[in-house]
Amino acid sequence: MRTRLIVLVAVAGVAAAGLLLPVMTAQAPGYRAPRVADGRPDLNGIWQALNTAEWNVEPHAAGPSVVRELGALSAVPAGLGVVVGDEIPYRPEALAQRDENRANRLELDPAIKCYLPGVPRGMYMPFPYQIIQSQDHIMMVHEFAGAIRTVYMVDQVEAPADSWMGWSNGRWDGDTLVIETTGFLGTTWFDRSGNFHSDALRVVERITPRSPDTLLYEATIEDPNVFTRPWTMRMPLYRRVEEGAEILEFRCIEFVEDLVYGHLAKQPGR
Amino acid sequence: MCHRSLVSVGVLSVLMVVGFTGTDVVWGQSADGSYKAPRTADGQPDLQGFWNNQTYTPLERPDGVTGAFYTEEEVVAREQGRAQREASQTTPGTRADVHYDFTQFGLDRSQAGFNRSLRTSLITDPPNGKLPPVNAEGQRRAAERAAAREAMGGPYDRAENFPLDDRCLMRNAGPPVLNAGYNSNQQFVQSPGYVMLLVEEAHDVRVIPLDGRDPAPGAVSQWLGVSRGRWEGETLVVETTNLNGKNPFRGQSGDQMRVTERFTRISEGEIRYQFTVEDKGTWDTPWTGEMAMRKSIGPLFEHACHEGNYGLANTLAGARAEEREAAGK
Repeated sequence: MRTRLIVLVAVAGVAAAGLLLPVMTAQAPGYRAPRVADGRPDLNGIWQALNTAEWNVEPHAAGPSVVRELGALSAVPAGLGVVVGDEIPYRPEALAQRDENRANRLELDPAIKCYLPGVPRGMYMPFPYQIIQSQDHIMMVHEFAGAIRTVYMVDQVEAPADSWMGWSNGRWDGDTLVIETTGFLGTTWFDRSGNFHSDALRVVERITPRSPDTLLYEATIEDPNVFTRPWTMRMPLYRRVEEGAEILEFRCIEFVEDLVYGHLAKQPGR
Repeated sequence: MCHRSLVSVGVLSVLMVVGFTGTDVVWGQSADGSYKAPRTADGQPDLQGFWNNQTYTPLERPDGVTGAFYTEEEVVAREQGRAQREASQTTPGTRADVHYDFTQFGLDRSQAGFNRSLRTSLITDPPNGKLPPVNAEGQRRAAERAAAREAMGGPYDRAENFPLDDRCLMRNAGPPVLNAGYNSNQQFVQSPGYVMLLVEEAHDVRVIPLDGRDPAPGAVSQWLGVSRGRWEGETLVVETTNLNGKNPFRGQSGDQMRVTERFTRISEGEIRYQFTVEDKGTWDTPWTGEMAMRKSIGPLFEHACHEGNYGLANTLAGARAEEREAAGK
C-alpha cells in the first residue's frame, strides 16, 4: 500500500522555480477530522480546487488565449502542474494524439460544448461541487453542467454501462476515501490542453481530510491504451467557507446551442 | 416490498399490488397515519433510496369526468387501454413508425411499476381537478410569448425553436417533479442539514438546505429555482422560489411562480408527494396536486442527454435536406 504521507519540505533553501514540485503538508500530527454517525470522516461540504490544472495538468507557462476578443481574461495562467513527476507518461503515438488535440483544442475540447467533464477533471475545474455523504452513497454534485457522481459504498457492481462520468465504487482505508472509477466512454479530456484518455481508463482517487477546511486529493490514472504506466495527480481541495455557500446552476447547454447546432440552422450565423 | 406491474397486453390480468386494497388507495390518507419512517443519523425521517413516480393519472381531470375517483374497474380498464396503445405497433415504413418501440426497452408505463391511483387527476385543488383559468396578466404574457415565438420562425429552423426537452434543457424535474414519459426515477440522499433529490432524466438535482437560510437574492434565477427545506414532523416541506420563468408550467406560468412541496413517507414503500403551485401573475388562486413515489430498485443511470443529443442535430439536418429538396435544387 502506497504511503500517503508526504514529507514536509522546508521551503527555505529550496531552489526557486522549475525544481519545486507541488508539495503539501501532511496532516498535522494529531489532526483528526470530525466524524459522521457511522464513524467515518466527515467529507460533507462544498469544495473547490485552486490551481490551474483545468488549463493544463502538466507544468506550463502562461500563454495567449485562443479567443482573441477576450484578451487577457481568457489567456492561460501559468501552473506548476499537478502531475507527480511533472510529465504524463504517454505512449509515443498517444503523445502525438495529445499534441494534435492541443493544436485543435478549440474545436475538440468536449467541455467547451458543455459536455460532462468526466473524472478527475470535474474535481479541479474552477467550479465548486458539493459532497453529500450518506453511509450507502456519497454524492458529488458539480456546479459545472450539473454533473453528478454517485459513489456506491454498497451494492457495488462492475459498471453496467459506459458513461461520461464513469461508475464509482468507494471504500474507506482508514481516514481516506478510496474511489475506483471505471466504465468511461473515453469521451472526456483531463484539461483544456488536449490531455486525454481512452475508454480503458481506470481512476483511483484518494481523498483524505488534512485540516478542517482542506482535503488531500490524489487521482491515479491507468490507461494502457494511452500511457506507458499509471501516473498520479495530487492537489489540495479547499472548502468554500462563506456563510450560505451553495451550488448554483451552470446549465451551460443554453450557452452553447449556437456553437453546437448553429451550422444546421436555417440561417447559420444569424 | 416488490411492486408488481401490469405487463400482459390485451389480457385481463389481476393486478397484484402488494398492500393495495380498494380502501387505502384514496390518496391523501395513509393506511392509518401511524407510520413513522426510520431516522437518519441526524434525526431526519429517512427518505433515502430510489423511487419511481410513474403514473397513468393525468394532471388534469379529463373532460366529461366529474368525480374525483374512478372505481377500481374503471382504472383497470383505462390502464389496460393505455398499455395496449403503448404496445401497439405502427405501420412499418410510415413516419409514425420512426421511433423505437418503448415496450422493447421496458420504457412503457405498463412495465415501469407504475403507481396505482384511483384519482381522476393529480390536481386535488381546485376541486374540479383542473388548473385555474389563466388570468389577465397571464394572458398578456401568453400573447407576448406567442408573438415572440412567431418571430423565431419555423419549428425546425434552429435548435432554440425546439421544445425544452428536445434540447435536453429541461425534463420532468420541475418543480413540481411530475412523471416523465419514461425513466420517472428519483433518488434521495440525505446528509446532516441537507436533502438531495436527484431526478434521473437529464440528471437534474436539487440540494435542499434545511438550516433555515433565506432564499437566494432575486437576481439568482434558475431553471429549477432555489429550494429551501424544513421538516414538519414526518413531512419535508420544500419551498422553491427564484424560478427563471423559462420553463413555464404547461406554457402558462412566469418567473413569479413559487412551489411548495410536501414529501411524507407514509409507508416503507411509498412517499406521498404533494405540491402547491402559486403564481399570481398567471392564476388567481394557487393549485395543488398529489401523487405517489413508489419505492424502486436502483441504481439510477447517467442520463447524458445533451451529450447524446443526436436527435436534435439529425432533425435539423433533415429539415435542411427537405428544404433543399423542396427548392428543386
